[in-house]
Amino acid sequence: MADDKSTHDAGHEREPSYLVAQKGLKSWLFTVDHKRLGLMYLATTLLFFFVGGMAAIFFRTELLTPGPGEISGVLTALGMDPTTSATTYNKLFTVHGAVMVFLVIIPSVPGALGNFLLPLMLGAKDVAFPRLNLLSFWVYSLGALFFIYTLFAGGLDTGWTFYTPYSSNFSGTAVISATFGAFILGFSSILTGLNFMVTIHKMRAPGMTWNRMPLFCWSIYATAVIQVLATPVLAITLLLLIMERTLNIGIFDPAMGGDPVLFQHFFWFYSHPAVYIMILPGFGIISELIAVHSRKHIFGYKAIALSSVAIAIISFVVWGHHMFVSGQSELAGIVFSFLTFAVAVPTAIKVFSWVATLYKGSIQFNTPMLYGLMFLFTFTIGGLTGVFLGTLSVDVHLHDTYFVVAHFHYVMMGGTIIAFVGGLHHWWAKMTGRNYDEKQARWASLFIFVGFNMTFFNQFVLGQQGMPRRYYTYVPQFQQQHVLSTVGAYILLAGFLWIAFYLLASLRKSAAPKEPLPDNTWGGASLEWSTQTPPIEHNFHGQPRVDSDPYNFPQIDRTGGMDHH
Amino acid sequence: MILSMLMAPEAAAAAPEGSATAGQVLDPSVHTQGANAVWETVNPWATLPQASTFAEGTDLLYLFIVVLSLFFFVLIMGVQGYFMWKYHRKSDDQKTSSITHNGKVEFLWSAIPAVLLVWIFVWGEVDFLKQTVPPPDAVQVRVTGRQWFWTVDYPDYPGVQLTSSVDDNVVTLVVPKGKPVQLTMTSEDVLHDFYIPAFRVKRDVVPGRYTSLWFEATQVGEFNLYCAEYCGDQHSAMIGKVKVLEPELFGEYLAEAGKLEQEEGEPLAAFGERIYKRRGCNACHSLDGSPKVGPSWKGMWGKQETTDKGTVLVDDNYIKESVEEPNAQIVAGFEGVKMPSYKGQLDEKHFAALIEFIKTLE
Repeated sequence: MADDKSTHDAGHEREPSYLVAQKGLKSWLFTVDHKRLGLMYLATTLLFFFVGGMAAIFFRTELLTPGPGEISGVLTALGMDPTTSATTYNKLFTVHGAVMVFLVIIPSVPGALGNFLLPLMLGAKDVAFPRLNLLSFWVYSLGALFFIYTLFAGGLDTGWTFYTPYSSNFSGTAVISATFGAFILGFSSILTGLNFMVTIHKMRAPGMTWNRMPLFCWSIYATAVIQVLATPVLAITLLLLIMERTLNIGIFDPAMGGDPVLFQHFFWFYSHPAVYIMILPGFGIISELIAVHSRKHIFGYKAIALSSVAIAIISFVVWGHHMFVSGQSELAGIVFSFLTFAVAVPTAIKVFSWVATLYKGSIQFNTPMLYGLMFLFTFTIGGLTGVFLGTLSVDVHLHDTYFVVAHFHYVMMGGTIIAFVGGLHHWWAKMTGRNYDEKQARWASLFIFVGFNMTFFNQFVLGQQGMPRRYYTYVPQFQQQHVLSTVGAYILLAGFLWIAFYLLASLRKSAAPKEPLPDNTWGGASLEWSTQTPPIEHNFHGQPRVDSDPYNFPQIDRTGGMDHH
Repeated sequence: MILSMLMAPEAAAAAPEGSATAGQVLDPSVHTQGANAVWETVNPWATLPQASTFAEGTDLLYLFIVVLSLFFFVLIMGVQGYFMWKYHRKSDDQKTSSITHNGKVEFLWSAIPAVLLVWIFVWGEVDFLKQTVPPPDAVQVRVTGRQWFWTVDYPDYPGVQLTSSVDDNVVTLVVPKGKPVQLTMTSEDVLHDFYIPAFRVKRDVVPGRYTSLWFEATQVGEFNLYCAEYCGDQHSAMIGKVKVLEPELFGEYLAEAGKLEQEEGEPLAAFGERIYKRRGCNACHSLDGSPKVGPSWKGMWGKQETTDKGTVLVDDNYIKESVEEPNAQIVAGFEGVKMPSYKGQLDEKHFAALIEFIKTLE
């Protein structure tokens, strides 16, 4: 029962938290504590989120006018050659995409929140292989260094997709260091996935059956499966690309006997499942947020858990929907279109189950819940617009237009990032022992909501009208909508800066609470709420035992109802 | 059809629509005034005519999915909003329901979307298949994509070649109204994509293989053509116009358009400048001294140029060699650039004009 859990660690004297249990820079850099590693991932991904975000702000500014102008103005002011402004624009959107995908979204939820929460939720002392976990972080940092080097070695202008033969034989930018960086990041991803899989299989507390595992852990599990199985394909593909570029071995460039469409098959064989590496952990967060803040048993636990696994499996056989007009055979297009529709069903089941969870709940509109509800709004739009792109004839028109840009931002940002920000607020007190300013946080969430929808919603219309993506200049008829998007992006920036401001402010020495914060911030029933806030170095004083599921809140009315478990 | 009703203002003025769009593109100050103004800001099709036989079908399915999506979105958000209002926390010990699942409801909300999705899939597939098989009597056109312009040849009209141009929004493809047209496309360098939004057609243009695209235009006018696959620096300048003519004017226009000849009274250098633009030289060579993909032509004539084979005087011979065998001597600083050969595409008259034009660029 939840009450037992929350009292499990009670009765013990307060111990120093993991934040202060050991001191000195070395105790952080070489820590094997999953919680400290989680925080280090958090700091790094947020730093890169800022870098990727600012790149977007710069190129959105360029798009205020149809012709060239804004970037060349800045270049002139900096004493640089203004004629390179088109290249600069291309580098900016490439940096934005590559940083956001490889350095932010893929590691954000698993690396930061997954690392911090998974052992706590499972009632374990740490992940299965703590040293491997440390290695993952340093491998990630090494990959990130290659990206940073790329920025200073002339940047990258291939788009984050590295399509050949442009990337292998035409681009004059630092393709090798960037692809090698992504290659290294892949290993970090594989190691983390492997670690989490073993942790979930072997480290669950006594009594925690698979069906008593928090849904966040299920989503991390499904993610880990994809990370382990799909990432090697990306690694091989990028290595082949590097070989073609350095050794002139013809693999993808037809001028040397290669096939550029082959690269797309290889690339999307990883990168489509990778879309689910990015979104599944977000689903996991939302399941927690919706249930805890409505103090209501999650609706359709098994359906949500198994649909994550179903999505993970189907995600391996839909990659061809990125290539309906690429020159792959019509039959392949038809098969991939059908399989793509198959993935829509488990996704729909999740959304319906989350909404149904609210039914007869006790909903509190604090910041994490606001993000949870915002997610349902934005992700539903992201999901529904995916139907347009999975439909063959309609995709022919919408492919590679702003419609696609809007769609994947509604999924990646309206889905994963919104869930991540919500999760960050949800577990902020648990992680840091500090409270953020709730009033400011609610206002900032409004900025995010308005800014996000203003930036991306009208891009669906832009795409439907035929505005191709990755365009430095555009025909004047699209200007109004581009201006709207850019203003939305500024509002979004203001919102994120505000969040950064009050979260950092809560970490000041002077903001330390007089009394330690309660163990259970929101009245949650999963194990992370039963230990001290912030947790002690080894998570729990003894071995927690579980005799109930993680959504069994004390407020649930057990007096009536047939479905009571 | 529903769509024709929705787009009544456009349908009523089908013919001028294309040219109005073209006018807007060329001159941003041109705005349609009057009763249409409001309609045009709310109607996403206002700037996107349905100009091929595929357009109406694609839009109808698009609209069908829009309506379905709207229905489900309003339903989901409506239910969510109602729950948010009805079940917001009134007191801290407020009881919540013990419901954990409901098999019947869960089956229904899996099965209903599944059925609708299969319906949409089949509809999209049927429309897509129509786009894959061109009728046997289609007008044949060959399209070549290069960084960063299109070249269009008509096998049935020897000597006719149209080219898109970075600096001008020129006519790149001319097709007859009401006749199927098949494009056979390839690229000489990187991936490109031939995209005509008004026709709802798009296909990647891939080096080393031929891809094919067909359509039948239904409206006379000029429509935008874009490259939709990122191809490098000037990707967004790889645009052009598709001109749809009445079939009887088609052949006539091509005969005229194919000519790249000095006009009466036209100075040789001015003709050279036209060649510079029409043959796509301007995609890579600037006239103002700034390096683009290739070296600028400004001040090039008579200069001692440093190349990978040593220094060379820029004279008639060097220019001709650079056009026909671009990689024979590459200017220092541009070693990695792969300029395509123009051998056989310019005659002596053209060279004379082009060189005369280069001489003027001091």
